[in-house]
Amino acid sequence: MEHTQSRDACWHSRHHSKMAVCIAVIAKENYPLYIRSVPVQNELKFHYTVHTSLDVVEEKISAVGKAMADQRELYLGLLYPTEDYKVYGYVTNSKVKFVIVVDSSNTSLRDNEIRSMFRKLHNSFTDVMCNPFYNPGDTIQSKAFDSMVSAMMVQAS
Amino acid sequence: MESLTLTDVEQKYYSDLFVYCDTDNTKKVASNGKVLDLFRAAQLPSDVVLQITELCGATRLGHFGRSQFYIALKLIAVAQSGLPLRVESLNSVKDLPLPRFVVAKNEQEARHTAMYPDLENQGPYQGVIPRPPARGQVKKVSPDTTSPVVSPHHSPPTSPHAWRKHKRQASGGNVERPPVVVAGAVWTPFRESQSGPVVAGDGMWSAHSPPPVQESWVSLKDTYPPSSSKLPPMHLSPVQENSSIRTVASVATANEIQRQSSSGYDDPWKITDEQRQYYINQFKTIQPDLNGFIPGSAAKEFFTKSKLPILELSHIWELSDFDKDGALTLDEFCAAFHLVVARKNGYDLPEKLPESLMPKLIDLDDSAEVPDQAPDVGYSGSPVEVTPNKSPMPSLNQTWPDLNQGNEQWETFSERSSSSQTLTQFDSNIAPADPDTAIVHPVPIRMTPSKIHMQEMELKRTGSGKMASPYDKSLCCLGCRSNSGTSPEGLKVVAAPPPPPPRPNASHSRSSSLDMNRNFAAHPTGPQQSGVVACPPAIPPRPLPTQTSGPHSGHRSDEGLAAHSTTSPQQIPEQPNFADFSQFQAFAASDQPNDDGEKHPESLPVEKSTEGAGPLRTVKIDNQEERAAATAKGSIMAPPPKPVRRRLKSEDELQDEALPPKSNVIATVLATLPSIPRSVGKDKKAIQASIRRNKETNTVLARLNSELQQQLKDLLEERISLEVQLEQLRPFSHL
Repeated sequence: MEHTQSRDACWHSRHHSKMAVCIAVIAKENYPLYIRSVPVQNELKFHYTVHTSLDVVEEKISAVGKAMADQRELYLGLLYPTEDYKVYGYVTNSKVKFVIVVDSSNTSLRDNEIRSMFRKLHNSFTDVMCNPFYNPGDTIQSKAFDSMVSAMMVQAS
Repeated sequence: MESLTLTDVEQKYYSDLFVYCDTDNTKKVASNGKVLDLFRAAQLPSDVVLQITELCGATRLGHFGRSQFYIALKLIAVAQSGLPLRVESLNSVKDLPLPRFVVAKNEQEARHTAMYPDLENQGPYQGVIPRPPARGQVKKVSPDTTSPVVSPHHSPPTSPHAWRKHKRQASGGNVERPPVVVAGAVWTPFRESQSGPVVAGDGMWSAHSPPPVQESWVSLKDTYPPSSSKLPPMHLSPVQENSSIRTVASVATANEIQRQSSSGYDDPWKITDEQRQYYINQFKTIQPDLNGFIPGSAAKEFFTKSKLPILELSHIWELSDFDKDGALTLDEFCAAFHLVVARKNGYDLPEKLPESLMPKLIDLDDSAEVPDQAPDVGYSGSPVEVTPNKSPMPSLNQTWPDLNQGNEQWETFSERSSSSQTLTQFDSNIAPADPDTAIVHPVPIRMTPSKIHMQEMELKRTGSGKMASPYDKSLCCLGCRSNSGTSPEGLKVVAAPPPPPPRPNASHSRSSSLDMNRNFAAHPTGPQQSGVVACPPAIPPRPLPTQTSGPHSGHRSDEGLAAHSTTSPQQIPEQPNFADFSQFQAFAASDQPNDDGEKHPESLPVEKSTEGAGPLRTVKIDNQEERAAATAKGSIMAPPPKPVRRRLKSEDELQDEALPPKSNVIATVLATLPSIPRSVGKDKKAIQASIRRNKETNTVLARLNSELQQQLKDLLEERISLEVQLEQLRPFSHL
């Protein structure tokens, strides 16, 4: 089992498609509703990365002055690249932000794939919202959401 | 203590109650607490209760022994019926109704809501609801025991059904926990001859309890102690618990808990009919329209009452809201309810929605079915909202597409090259006429001389050469020849239809031609080049068409085919000569009137065939030359009898192979020309066939001619060069 897992990890590292390193959902008030990263050891680093990326997001949101959501696209694109990682952003109409951090070495990830990841995130998030037992502002504890995110994350090596 | 005589019914009832109260399972003493609760539930004034306690002697004893308990119960009955409490009345009163204990059960019915106005006063007992089961057990007895008494008046219409239905539930070993919840509800209705709705509600409740009731019937005697032991703990809480506002959910939960435990027969997630009925009723309380939705907020409220943690409720919602629309349809609601119940019961929530809880895809009958029915499918139709990715479609669906696909392939086979898949299908669908056939031609066995068919033939023919052999086989099997033009096939078709086309022919002309080519190459006679060159263009012998083209004789065709098949192996080596000889022989044999060139070839095959059925290839080279000449002269170059080749010739005729390759070639070519059916009757087709053949022959010959011309040129050049050399040498000689 582990053997296969490690094999899978190797495979994934080679064929990195659609594999994020960290995924976060930030509420309107800029606190995390959901944040999860794969190499669990470096979680704090990812938290920091996501936090700093929020500034960029804010910048991009406020860039569009008057016409609010109409002109602004939900997908924000590459927020900023670090030497190790690339951070992508996405904002919903209710100012909930999704942030995806991917490995810089993962060059095979294309823009379209990132967009599709965000779309999936958004859909799952909507499902979570539809749950009457979910109070907006709570942390997301939906298993379905978790499983969807896991599918997008790099296999833990 | 006065002796107490109890009727059977009473006996049973009381013993059940005793068991119920026997928290310590001593079988002798009923716990005071429980007994007092029970008495309180009898809705008698407390002083009466005290009196009873005194009278029965429990006060004296300090505990309720069985006899005390029974006496107390009897006194309660007495009191409830309005008679003065006297010890004497114990035995004197005849036909005393059983003591009534108002339990929370009534709330259950109250939950059933408006239907049971009688029970509204039970409101305060809401808290009891969750624990009906406990009571239920004891109560069970009541309905059971009282049913004989009560039934004439108002046996719940459905309960018998329910009981019967749920008999099977008793199969599990869980009889001890018969989901008796309902029993509590049953109490009052049964006892008090309540109005129909109550009874009906009872019936429904009974639906829930039937299993338990039934079970209790059956097994109560056996499982008394264990069951009862379970009950007491439950019993306490309901009575004492007043704070929680348990909704039906909790009641149902309790019900279902019992139910779950007892109905683990096949699928733990399966919803029984009674459960479904119950769920439907609950649904109605929130949303009267069974086809409608329950908005998320209402559902949230409802399920929150079940006191499950929000997280779990959230998960349940995730599982059950199939279409993710934030609202619950009836099916979704039932699923959610079921999950809640299960969870309450201690079952872990599944990761995915179990199949049995998936929203049904079909629209079921309308609400007409719902009320008080315990049909197997009693829920009203709900809009079909199944997201494909969520619902695992039955695998059945997968098999059909394959079949259909196969069929399509089968049908369109003619347009595509054959594939093994279609082959298989064809084989399975239609008994292959020729087991030898490697490739099954999709063309139907019953061949009709249709254009399409012939076109198919043509397609086949033009198909890959490699496939030639199998193709030919199949074609032959189907009675068609691919290598020849459509005409022969057409003719053949004409001949073949009624009986299955003769298949024995293993000689696929094409393959034979290939073989022949190989042969030619392998046996280069004299002028290799010419021989080799000559070979390819030679039309492979086509005995079949010519043979079968004789429409008048299917037999003949058989012969021919047989001959062909048998001769094919022999053909190969003798190919070059074969046809010619036979042809010429035919010529020789025939009168040689060349008035009608067409007739000649016709006659030839005829004669050939008549000569014998043995596939002998006889080629007389001598004759060949003559025949070649004769044919060249006389005949219109009508296709010489192809079958000639097949025609048996005596081996003697096979001789002389020293013929110049060219003449051989010519002869071969001529020989390969198919003969024309003799019968005049089929002239038209025959003529057409012959025309086609002639055309083919023409083309072949033309090609041959050009090649020969080429050869001639080469030879001439050679000659010239040689002469030049010679001359160069000559002067020396002169000198």
